[in-house]
Amino acid sequence: MNDARFECLLRLGDNALVLAQRLCAWIGHGPVMEEDMAQANVALDLIGQARLWLAYAGELEGRGRDEDALAYGRDAGAFRNVLLVEQPNGDYAQTIARQFLFDAWHHAELSALTASSDARIAAIAAKALKEVSYHLERSSDWMLRLGDGTAESHARLQAALERLWMYSGELFDADAHDATLVEQGIVPAPQSLRAGWLQQVGAVCTAATLTMPDADAWMQHGGRQGRHSEHLGYLLAEMQFLPRAYPGVQW
Amino acid sequence: MYAQMVDTGASRLRSREEMDADEQAFQARIDDGQKIEAQDWMPEGYRRTLVRQISQHAHSEIVGMLPEGNWITRAPSLKRKAILLAKVQDEAGHGLYLYSAAETLGVSREQLVDDLHTGRAKYSSIFNYPTLTWADIGAIGWLVDGAAIMNQIPLCRCSYGPYSRAMVRVCKEESFHQRQGYDLLLALCRGSEEQKAMAQDALERWWWPALMMFGPPDADSVHSAQSQAWKIKLLSNDELRQKFVDQTVPQAEYLGLRVPDADLRWNTERGHYDFGAIDWSEFHAVLKGNGPCNRERLQARREAWAEGEWVRAAALAYADKHAAAERHSQAA
Ligand SMILES: [Fe+2]
Ligand SMILES: [Fe+2]
Repeated sequence: MNDARFECLLRLGDNALVLAQRLCAWIGHGPVMEEDMAQANVALDLIGQARLWLAYAGELEGRGRDEDALAYGRDAGAFRNVLLVEQPNGDYAQTIARQFLFDAWHHAELSALTASSDARIAAIAAKALKEVSYHLERSSDWMLRLGDGTAESHARLQAALERLWMYSGELFDADAHDATLVEQGIVPAPQSLRAGWLQQVGAVCTAATLTMPDADAWMQHGGRQGRHSEHLGYLLAEMQFLPRAYPGVQW
Repeated sequence: MYAQMVDTGASRLRSREEMDADEQAFQARIDDGQKIEAQDWMPEGYRRTLVRQISQHAHSEIVGMLPEGNWITRAPSLKRKAILLAKVQDEAGHGLYLYSAAETLGVSREQLVDDLHTGRAKYSSIFNYPTLTWADIGAIGWLVDGAAIMNQIPLCRCSYGPYSRAMVRVCKEESFHQRQGYDLLLALCRGSEEQKAMAQDALERWWWPALMMFGPPDADSVHSAQSQAWKIKLLSNDELRQKFVDQTVPQAEYLGLRVPDADLRWNTERGHYDFGAIDWSEFHAVLKGNGPCNRERLQARREAWAEGEWVRAAALAYADKHAAAERHSQAA
């Protein structure tokens, strides 16, 4: 039914949108100009994906909300992104670790979605998958460079990994919406992606001389149901301020 | 312009007879419209002037990312956010081509960046003004990228090959930026009263600084004459400024915005707009470091560089380790 699909599209769209918004803050402030360009590339891909997911969500909902109404008109509690992507940029190690943990999941998720029984979801996923293959390659590369770079970069990345780890479990959570959609062949069962994800993250950590945190560690949950960290409210306040200050106009 | 008031080191323009044989041959090639390439012989003054000019231009692209970057996280629609992000990314690309063009002249990017951070090198005065509203993003695209194009189109024909080729690439993207900026303002001007007022306010704040981008009148300047002889400057500052005013005033009228200059009027005799006197004391104050945002801009660049130090060190260490491992496995 449409409610579950609407939820699922918001989850996909909000993950991309919130992470893109975080990356936007790096532009002009990165460690080297080539990285400003690369971060902008990833952010542009994610904004493009968010627009496709949210536009489809709005159409399914049938209440006249377009991509911008959904992006700019919802309060934090109506956002469905995972907690991981709303975590602050921190230092470059934290930005890279967040990106890598997300990319590895995102890539697996999109790969599975290319076989979705919803043709439009399958088509968007196929387009996004090409982009995310590059994101994963790039974030894996940076995991290696920082993990196996200097003592300082290693320590920073290890700390970032440990700090963000508790937000990784939510990627594999399933609720009633997921159950409905799995049954209809629209989305993969979240849990089915976990073993592959752990293996991939483990392999990159090993190559990067990092210690992967305990897979069974205590995890945070709730982003996909709209219970967020304190960070999201500020992120949205910044992102949404213009349409809220001047409601009802075109830009 | 993006390179304002470039010192050529010349105290006067020398005649052909005063040049040695190498210099004469060099000037003859330039007069003949040939391109000078990195490996060619060139007078030291030519090389040094180009390094100054190209690096000022490169620094301007990079510092210029800051006032616009200021609004990426606050763009009012996803489409506008993507357009602005892509534009700022283009500017980073321009900075990179230009640093590469400068490197062909025997300086390193590190040196040039260091000159920027220590305040030895200049960048365009325009980027020391704040972006206070969303309309400023439109005004920058329309006026600042517009002024940049005015200056850079002739530079596509400049005598130094790597610079002229960089300019060809850059100009294509700048004209997109200008159209996008204008389109942003058009949406505001066709919008609510508040949006239109926002656009008018932006024009009022950016108009005079945009005219200053071309630099002070330089018709009698030795540096300008030398640069023109070397064909690394093709039109005088005032000629460029006049072209810019002539092009821009009708565009402002189309938007329904008022240019903040009581002396602005069409001069039928000249076939150009007459315009009011520019406050050059403001220009010199900004160039000296006393514009509204000079300190913030430079501090943001310095901080990005300092905080990125460990990241660059890690990338280098990793590359070295792996190059060593490669050599080792080849030897084995
Ligand atoms: Fe540019
Ligand atoms: Fe531009």
